[in-house]
Amino acid sequence: MQNLIDNFFSYTITGLTIGAVYALVALGYTLVYGVLRLINFAHSEVFMYGTFGALWVVMLLGGKPGGSVGQVIFWVVMMFVAAMAMSGLIAVILERVAYRPLRKRNAPPLIALISAIGASFVLAELMGLRSRVAGWVGLDDTLREYVRNSRNNAGLPSIISPQPIFSVGGYNVTNVDLIVIIGAIAIMVVLDQFVKRSRLGRGIRAVAMDPEAAALMGVNRDRVIQVTFLVGGVMAGAAAVFYMLKIGITRYDAGFILGVKAFTAAVLGGIGNLRGALLGGFILGLAENYGSAVVGSQWKDVVAFVLLVLILLVRPTGLLGESLGKARA
Amino acid sequence: MPESTEPNRPDTSAESTAQTTPEATAEPTAAAAADDATTRPAVTPTTDATAPLADPADEVTEINPDVDITPDDIGVPEVAEGERLLEVDDVTLRFGGVVALNEVSFHINKGEILGLIGPNGAGKTTCFNVMTGVYQPTSGGIRYLGKPLGKRKKFQITKLGIARTFQNIRLFANMTALENVLVGVDAHHSTGIGAAMFRLPKHRREEAQGYARAMELLTFMGLDGKADELARNLPYGDQRRLEIARALATSPQLLCLDEPAAGFNPAEKAKLMELIRTIRDQGYTVLLIEHDMKLVMGVTDRIVVLEFGRKIAEGSPAEIRDNPAVIAAYLGVDEEDAS
Amino acid sequence: MSTSTGTAASTKQRRLGFKERVNNLPRAVKILLWVVFAVFLFMLPLLNIPFITTEGSDFGGVLFTVATYVLVALGLNIVVGYAGLLDLGYVGFYAIGAYTVGVLSAEHAKLSWVVVVPIAIVVAMVSGVVLGAPTLRVRGDYLAIVTLGFGEIVRLTLVNSEWLGASRGISDIPKPPGVELFEVPSIDWSSGAPVVDLDTTSTFLKFGITDFVPYYWLALGVIALVLLFDILVKSSRVGRAWEATREDEDAAELMGVPTFRFKLLAFALGAAIGGLSGALFATKAGFINPQSFELLLSILFIAAVVVGGAGNRWGVIVGAIVVAYFPERFREFADFRVLVFGLALMLLAIFRPQGLLPPRRTVRAKRADARQAVLEEGEASA
Repeated sequence: MQNLIDNFFSYTITGLTIGAVYALVALGYTLVYGVLRLINFAHSEVFMYGTFGALWVVMLLGGKPGGSVGQVIFWVVMMFVAAMAMSGLIAVILERVAYRPLRKRNAPPLIALISAIGASFVLAELMGLRSRVAGWVGLDDTLREYVRNSRNNAGLPSIISPQPIFSVGGYNVTNVDLIVIIGAIAIMVVLDQFVKRSRLGRGIRAVAMDPEAAALMGVNRDRVIQVTFLVGGVMAGAAAVFYMLKIGITRYDAGFILGVKAFTAAVLGGIGNLRGALLGGFILGLAENYGSAVVGSQWKDVVAFVLLVLILLVRPTGLLGESLGKARA
Repeated sequence: MPESTEPNRPDTSAESTAQTTPEATAEPTAAAAADDATTRPAVTPTTDATAPLADPADEVTEINPDVDITPDDIGVPEVAEGERLLEVDDVTLRFGGVVALNEVSFHINKGEILGLIGPNGAGKTTCFNVMTGVYQPTSGGIRYLGKPLGKRKKFQITKLGIARTFQNIRLFANMTALENVLVGVDAHHSTGIGAAMFRLPKHRREEAQGYARAMELLTFMGLDGKADELARNLPYGDQRRLEIARALATSPQLLCLDEPAAGFNPAEKAKLMELIRTIRDQGYTVLLIEHDMKLVMGVTDRIVVLEFGRKIAEGSPAEIRDNPAVIAAYLGVDEEDAS
Repeated sequence: MSTSTGTAASTKQRRLGFKERVNNLPRAVKILLWVVFAVFLFMLPLLNIPFITTEGSDFGGVLFTVATYVLVALGLNIVVGYAGLLDLGYVGFYAIGAYTVGVLSAEHAKLSWVVVVPIAIVVAMVSGVVLGAPTLRVRGDYLAIVTLGFGEIVRLTLVNSEWLGASRGISDIPKPPGVELFEVPSIDWSSGAPVVDLDTTSTFLKFGITDFVPYYWLALGVIALVLLFDILVKSSRVGRAWEATREDEDAAELMGVPTFRFKLLAFALGAAIGGLSGALFATKAGFINPQSFELLLSILFIAAVVVGGAGNRWGVIVGAIVVAYFPERFREFADFRVLVFGLALMLLAIFRPQGLLPPRRTVRAKRADARQAVLEEGEASA
């Protein structure tokens, strides 16, 4: 307890940064759940591909510590472009290959989960076997730098060296912390406006509310679903950039636990509810950091899940209730 | 949720309009208005589109009224014929700002057939839901067998002898017709894991008794030949009858039928009237929600009319037919529908 | 489209025809068939049938693993297939069963195996009730994530708790007491034809550390018991209540089914069988640590149930065999095991969404649908 009081701001800032990552990934789960009523189990891999997109583009551009301000901005922007493109692409392919064929056949929801699990394995393994994959297409020499030790950790050069910008309660808030928290909030605002105001956003809400009615009103359901996956993927891509800036290390199976946590965040806030996902992400990030300060960092994940169970017992539909469209029976 | 709140009821589809119009025009005004509002709900909304639609060529299944289906003794106090079985006592139910039921009071006598009618959204199904424990009334309460139902759970109320059917058929789609009825009989059984595992005499006795009663009910409904068909594969009319059989299987003191004639043609409706009378004659009390005025007038002993969550009339079918408030209520709906 | 449905339906009719033919056989023949089948299963690890037998890893051990998966799948099928509750944290109960055995027979006490296994079952069952009582009231999808969290909490507790051996785990778990009744010879195929090899034998029932065949026999016996239990309970009021709850919880409740109580019962029974499987696993391995209980295992368990056809006990047995055996058999492609497994799951979901052996209800529903389709086509062409 004394530890938490002494280092309260340190835990708060860390909690907010990791919470921002959870929140952005949670958006993907919540969007897909709202529209399709299914747990997109493979969304964690979408995120993981984003981390590699961000990593590879920095390697490609020769990013290294100590670049000029202009260079650093360029690298970070390119990280966003690459990670968002990568994650968005994977998410859309995932929908095409793993979900759409099932939808056409009216498969039961449990089967969609199996397909999602299968897709998750395939995606993670393709990344874990990327040296072999490169070998199959004859690019192993060209891509040597990118595919070697494909089952091991891959680290991002610290292109931004953490510099304290200001200090709160004895804790130095770094530039990286600020980029992550402010960047994440900015992206969330953009998404919120997109879903509220754009035509596609309205389509998403319409399908979430009542798929059949939306179809009758001329909403192209397949297209809306595709856009939903794309948007979820892009958000995961952004999360991947923040994750790489803050943590800096990724691996072919880096998505799994983070995915479970992000889904927990989505449920915590009320699945299907965009703002709920954001709130859930931040609360989860903070709670597990505060919790680990009190009971020890090795219990961090336990704290997260116990919190989830407790909240569901008190509020069975999550903190903000479930509504991308409306609550269902 | 949608099944229980009337405002969510599916609107009249082209199909049902086409089906009911010719017959409706030949009827008195009030009946015609009510009939127009009759809808044909989706066959089994809980399953997918694979459930077969009612085929007009299907012959109407004949019931066997002579089969003895009198209720089993379920250990609740006997109520004498004509005495009050259930009282709805000043029940008000609010959902947020919406008042679904407003100080509604009426009672059901043992052995009668009571009709509960009213325009769409009048609160009829909501009333069922309060009686069966789906909703707790905001104020007021239900007295059953002279005692308040209180906060009893749904399955406890069923065990006390109130059973119901659903406006949108809600059978256990992937279980057979026989199994559906058995679940109803099981309500009064107590075979647990141990008795089942060791095939104790209790299990054997209850299975034999349950099977016999279920088959009686299926035979009564004329469904004995389809006992092993999956519920979802039965024709529409049979699904409706199976729902009634499943409710009867719980040996209810009070059987609540929620629009059992929805989607039926005149021939089927006539058969249904017969069926409801036979069920009453076998010792059941029936509460009937129905839109078809001819059917309600023909089969009920008394009628309660709801409009906008309030009781506006109560009396014999003849009294209701001539009641100006009732006619106004239905004509009002008629004008709305026409616009 | 219509032709493919037609052929699918007719294949199914043929298979049901086969089933009916078997059912129509005289009772004595049926019993004989069962006995032959049982003897075959009993002898399987010693027959060394080419191609089926795994190379590189001990076939007895592989069969034991397969048998644990079958047991797990049977237990999980009660939860997922019968009662319709999606449990993604089943590995938690498996771990609880294994650790109860470890703690009570090696780490903190030296109780006998015969005492410890029933305790493990009870502990797992109680933990199922403790987890289920609060969470079974929340909706299905939430249950999935809560159970997922439970599985992870159990694993992390194992990793972090010194009392449970932390990450080094628990070793020297004693073997069950055995009786050496007779020796069973194996078959040698090295000459190209089967030859009885009297030198390589397994002893019935001696639980050693090199020969895993007796453990397989033990698991086989347990499976038979659980299967019998499953059949008896499913065909009773309890089984019907589960299915009704799965089909429509509200309607079931209004027909007098205390749904919560039955869901909890399914959950507790599933947990108990999971705990039993874990106890067997600990017995055979003799050594357990948290790495044996990764979350991935839960996912594999669910996959076994769904691949086979949730709700059909024979189907989930097939599913468990597929999930457990193929990765072992094709160890030479070890690098690609998970990849191929993932692809297989996806293909299965797309082309065989009801599982390999769907429950009877689905088969029958499909037949009826096919009939309906034929009728409609007839009308359309008329």
